[in-house]
Amino acid sequence: MSMNTQGRPTSPESVSMSSIETVSGSRGLLQHEDLLFEIGTSETTGVDLPAPKGTKNRLGGVTRKVPTGLPGLSEPQAVRHYMRLSQKNYAIDLGLFPLGSCTMKHNPRLNEKMARLPGFGDIHPLQPQATVQGALELIDELATWLKTLTNMPAVAMSPKAGAHGEFCGMMAIRQALIARGEVETRKRVLVPESAHGTNPATAVQCGFIVDEIKANKRGRVDMADLKAKLEKSDDIAGIMLTNPNTCGLFETDIKEIADLIHAAGGYFYCDGANFNAIVGRVRPGDLGVDAMHINLHKTFSTPHGGGGPGSGPTVLSEALAPYAPVPFVVKDADGMYRLVEDIEGVASESFGRMVAFHGQMGMFVRALTYILSHGADGLKQASEDAVLNANYIQARLKKVMTAPFEGYCMHEALFSDAFTAEGIETIDIAKALIDEGYHPMTMYFPLVVHGAMLIEPTESESKAELDRFCDALESIARRAAQGDEALKGAPYLAPMRRLDETKAARKPVLKWAEPEEAPPVAAE
Amino acid sequence: MRYLPLTADDRAEMLNTIGAKSVDDFYADVPESARLHGSVEGLTDHQGELAVERHMSKLAAKNRAASSGPFFVGAGAYKHHVPATVDMIIQRSEFLTTYTPYQPEIAQGTLQTLFEFQTQVAALTAMDVANASMYDGSTACAEAAVMATRATRRKKVILSGGLHPHYAAATKLLCEAQGIEVVQLEHAIDGELALADAVDDQTACVIGQSPNTFGTVSDLSPVAEAAHGKGALLVSVFTEAVSLGLVTPPGEMGADIAVGEGQSIGNGLNFGGPYVGLFACTQKLVRQMPGRLCGETTDAEGKRGFVLTLSTREQHIRRDKATSNICTNSGLCALAFTAHMTLLGGKGLEQMAVLNHEAACDLADALAAVPGVEILTPRFFNEFAFRTPMNAEAVLAMLDEAGIVGGVRASRLFPGDHMGDVILCAATECTTPEDIAAYAAALKEII
Amino acid sequence: MTRYTQPTTFYTEDHEWVTVHNDLATVGITHYAENALGDIVFVELPEVGAEFAPGDDMAVVESVKAASDVYAPIHGKVVEVNGALSDKPETVNESPTEKGWFCVLEIKDGAEIAGLMDEAAYKAYCETL
Repeated sequence: MSMNTQGRPTSPESVSMSSIETVSGSRGLLQHEDLLFEIGTSETTGVDLPAPKGTKNRLGGVTRKVPTGLPGLSEPQAVRHYMRLSQKNYAIDLGLFPLGSCTMKHNPRLNEKMARLPGFGDIHPLQPQATVQGALELIDELATWLKTLTNMPAVAMSPKAGAHGEFCGMMAIRQALIARGEVETRKRVLVPESAHGTNPATAVQCGFIVDEIKANKRGRVDMADLKAKLEKSDDIAGIMLTNPNTCGLFETDIKEIADLIHAAGGYFYCDGANFNAIVGRVRPGDLGVDAMHINLHKTFSTPHGGGGPGSGPTVLSEALAPYAPVPFVVKDADGMYRLVEDIEGVASESFGRMVAFHGQMGMFVRALTYILSHGADGLKQASEDAVLNANYIQARLKKVMTAPFEGYCMHEALFSDAFTAEGIETIDIAKALIDEGYHPMTMYFPLVVHGAMLIEPTESESKAELDRFCDALESIARRAAQGDEALKGAPYLAPMRRLDETKAARKPVLKWAEPEEAPPVAAE
Repeated sequence: MRYLPLTADDRAEMLNTIGAKSVDDFYADVPESARLHGSVEGLTDHQGELAVERHMSKLAAKNRAASSGPFFVGAGAYKHHVPATVDMIIQRSEFLTTYTPYQPEIAQGTLQTLFEFQTQVAALTAMDVANASMYDGSTACAEAAVMATRATRRKKVILSGGLHPHYAAATKLLCEAQGIEVVQLEHAIDGELALADAVDDQTACVIGQSPNTFGTVSDLSPVAEAAHGKGALLVSVFTEAVSLGLVTPPGEMGADIAVGEGQSIGNGLNFGGPYVGLFACTQKLVRQMPGRLCGETTDAEGKRGFVLTLSTREQHIRRDKATSNICTNSGLCALAFTAHMTLLGGKGLEQMAVLNHEAACDLADALAAVPGVEILTPRFFNEFAFRTPMNAEAVLAMLDEAGIVGGVRASRLFPGDHMGDVILCAATECTTPEDIAAYAAALKEII
Repeated sequence: MTRYTQPTTFYTEDHEWVTVHNDLATVGITHYAENALGDIVFVELPEVGAEFAPGDDMAVVESVKAASDVYAPIHGKVVEVNGALSDKPETVNESPTEKGWFCVLEIKDGAEIAGLMDEAAYKAYCETL
C-alpha cells in the first residue's frame, strides 16, 4: 500500500480535568448556545413581510409538496445566537494568527465601508453596461496595478479564489498547447513535493499528469532531479512552482528553472500564495513566469471570512495572454469601458468562460482600497516588515526549536518536530498555543518536513506582540523537549477540548435531525 | 503608514537580534536582474482614508444602484431585501477576520453556523446532505457534472436548453479539460423535459434547471425517471434560491445532485460576486462530493462539537486524486445566507417566495397589456421572458433614459440564437406597484 | 511451483499480507501499516469480479488525515470482499491480520508467490524502516 507518514492522533485520549460545572452550561462571558433547530420554532420569524394577496398563481402546479420545516428566530434571538457563537471563534482582530501560507493580516475597515457603497454593492452584473461604467473602470484600474506589481502584460480577473486562479492559468497553458497542436502529447506537469495540495489537484483537473520533483537539502527545488525529469522533454507541459516556496524560502535557481522549462517547450505556472513577501521588491514577470494567481484575500487583505470568499486574479505572460478567459474589460476609443463577453474578436482565442458573471467585485473594491491606501511606499514596507517579522521569529525560536533549513527565511518561518521528546507531537504544541491565547501555526505542512510548523506573522504585528508570542511558544517548545505529558491534553482553556475527528469521520453526522424518541420502557 | 505597527527603532532592534544588516539581506536569493529598484511605476505613496474614500466614491457614483429606481434585472442574480441584522452579523470580527476552521477548539462559531447552513440547504433542496458551500452556482454546477462522471464511471454530460448559459460554459470548460463529452440541447424556453429523450446508457448525468434562465418552472420528475432508467444521474439546478420556498425542490423531483446560487438569501448583488454556491446530494454520493463538510462529534469531555470531516476527499490530503481542487469556499456568504434564513424561518421564506411570485404575476399582467408585448414563459416563479416588437437593446436603452432598468436582453446571454427581440425580466419583494406601473407606461411610450 | 495446501502467509514491501491457500489468496494490510495510518475511518473495497495486476490500486484505506491505496500483490480476480469493513472500518485497526482482511483473490499465476517475503523476511524488512 502507499504508506503515509502523516498519521497523528485524531481521537483525544481521555484527560481528567477538574472544572467547575455550571447549571446553564455557560462559563462566565462564554455563553452556551444550542443549535438553531433546538431553539427556534417554525412559527417564529425575525422578518416582517406584508401579507400576500393570495390571488395569483402562474406556477402551473410545479409547487413544493413538503414544507421545509425550518425554524426561525426573532431578531433579538438571532442576534444573540450569532453573537454567542462568534465568541467561540479566534480572529485576527483578537490576536496574532500565524497560519503559514495563509497571510492572515489586518483587514482595514475602510475596505469594508467602500465595498458597501451602493454604487458597488447594489449593482447587478447584467445591468446595461452604460449604467456600470464606474464598476468597469474599477476593475480596469485594479487590473492595471496587478499587472504593474507583477510586470505582466495581462490579467484574468474572473477567478473566484486561489485554486480557481490555478485552474485559469493551467487552462491557459492547455489552450496554448492546443494552439500548438501539442495538447495530446504534452501532458506532464512537474510539481515539487512541497507544493500546496491544490497544485497537483488542479493539474489533474485540467487533464495533465503530475510528476513530482524532489526538494534539496536547502529546501529548494533539487536541480539535478529537475534536469533528470526534463531529459525527455517532448511531453512536458510545464511546471507549477510556488515562489517564495512553501518552506518560506526564495527559489534561488528560479530563473534557471524558468529557462529550462521554456527550453523544454513548457510553461511556468507560479503559485502566488506567498506574494506578500515580495510585493514592491520583486516582480514575477522578471523571473520568467507565464502565469500566476494572486490571492487578493491574502496579499491584498480582503477578509478570509471563516473560509472565503477569496479572489484569484491571474496574471498572464505575452505567450498566454491571447488565451485569457472571458469576460474582460476593454476601454474603447470613446473612453467607454466595455465587457468582452463572447468568444470572438479580441477574445477569439480565449479558452472560454470559467464562471458566471465577472469575478469577485466585492473583493476588487477592497483590494483596490488596500493598494491605494498603502501606495508604492506602503506596499514595499509591508512586504519588508512581513519578512522582518518572520526572520525575527525564526531568530528567536531556532534556539529552542529545530529550523530544518539554514539561512534567512522570507515571510514565514518553518520548524520541524525534531526537538520534541518521544511521544510529543506537533499537534500537541499547536494545541498548547491555544491555551496561551493564540491560533496555532500551520501544522504538518509542507510535507517535506517532518511534523512541520509553519509560522507566518505578517506585517500587522508590533514587536511587542511578536515578543509575547515568542515567549509563549518558547516555553511550550521547552516543555515539548522535556516530554511534558500535560501537553497531550491541551487545550484546557478553550471553549472546547480536543475534538474526536475519528468519530466524526467514521459515522458522519452532516446535518441536524430530530432526535429519535427513546424506545418505550418494556412493561413489567 | 497606519497599517504598519513597527517603528524605525523596532526595525533596527529586530535586525540586530537577527544579526542582519538590513532587510536587503533577506532578499539575497533574488537574482540581481529581478530586483526592483525604485518605486512601483505610476503609483502614488500611501494616502489617508479621506483621499482614498474620495477616489472610490467617485467611481461608485458612476454606477446606477438597483435601489435607486425601478429595477427588473434577474437571470442569475436577484435584488432582494437583506435585513440589517445580517450585515451586522457578518461584520462581527470573529466571523469576518477568521480563517477556515482548521482548529475546531477555537472555531466552534464558524463550525456550528456551517452545520446549521448544511442542515438548512439540505431541507430547502429536499436532499439528504449539503456541503459547506462552493464559489457560486455556476462552479457548483460544473463540479456536479464532474462528480456525476466519477460516481457513474461514464464520460458524457447532457445540458438542458434552459440552463443558464454561464453555468453551461463553466461546466463545458471543466468537463472538456478532463475528456468528458458535453452535449448542449437546443436553447428553448420550455424544453427541460427534452433531457428525458436525450439520456442514453453512456450518460453520466443530465443537467436541468427549474426555474430556468427564461423563468420557466418544470417538474423534472420524468427526467429523473428516464435518467435513472439508463443508470444516469439527474443534476437539478436553480439560480433563484428564494424559489425553493414555493417551487418543487430538486429532492421532490428525484434529483441525485442539487446545485444552485444562494445569493438571493442574505447576499447583495455585488456586480456578480462574491456569491455562494449551494451543493447538495443523496446520502449515497456523499464521498464523491467536492468541497468542505462539517460534521458533529464530541470533545474529550464528551461535549457536543463540530469539526471539518471526510477531508480525505480534498486536495490538501488527496492531492492529485482529490474530488476537486477547491480550497477557499464562500464562508462569509454562507454565513449571510444562514443568518438571513434563520431570521426568515421556513414560513418566512415561503411568504417571501409568494410575494415574489405575485409581483412577477402583476408585472406580467401589466406588460402583457402593452400592445405588441408577448409573454413567452408559460409557467414562472419571479422572472419571465417577453417579446417586444422592437430590438430589445434599443428598448432597454430607452427604458434606461426613463430611469428604469428593464431587464436583460436575451441576446446578451444567448448570442446567435435570434433572440434580439426578447427581454428577460424579474420582480421581487422589492418591486412596488408603482415600479410596475412605471415600467408598463414607459414601455407603452417606447413601442 | 509450490502449491500451498495449508494456509501460508507472505508479505509485500508495501505492507500488504497475503495468505495463500490452494488457488485462493486472502489480502489485508499489516499491523505496521494500520499503526502508521492511525485510526482507520473508511475502507473502499474492490468489486467482486474485478481483475488486478501486481501494483494496481485495489482498495483504499483512510484515516482522518490520510488516504492510502492498497495495491494488488499478485495477478488475480476478486472472488470475495469483506463487506463488514464498510460498517466497522475500525476492525482493520483491531484485527488487521484476521477479521480485518480486505478481499480474496483467485490466483492467476502461482509462481508470483515466490516473489513475496515470508514472515521472517518481512520482520527484518520492517526493522530497516
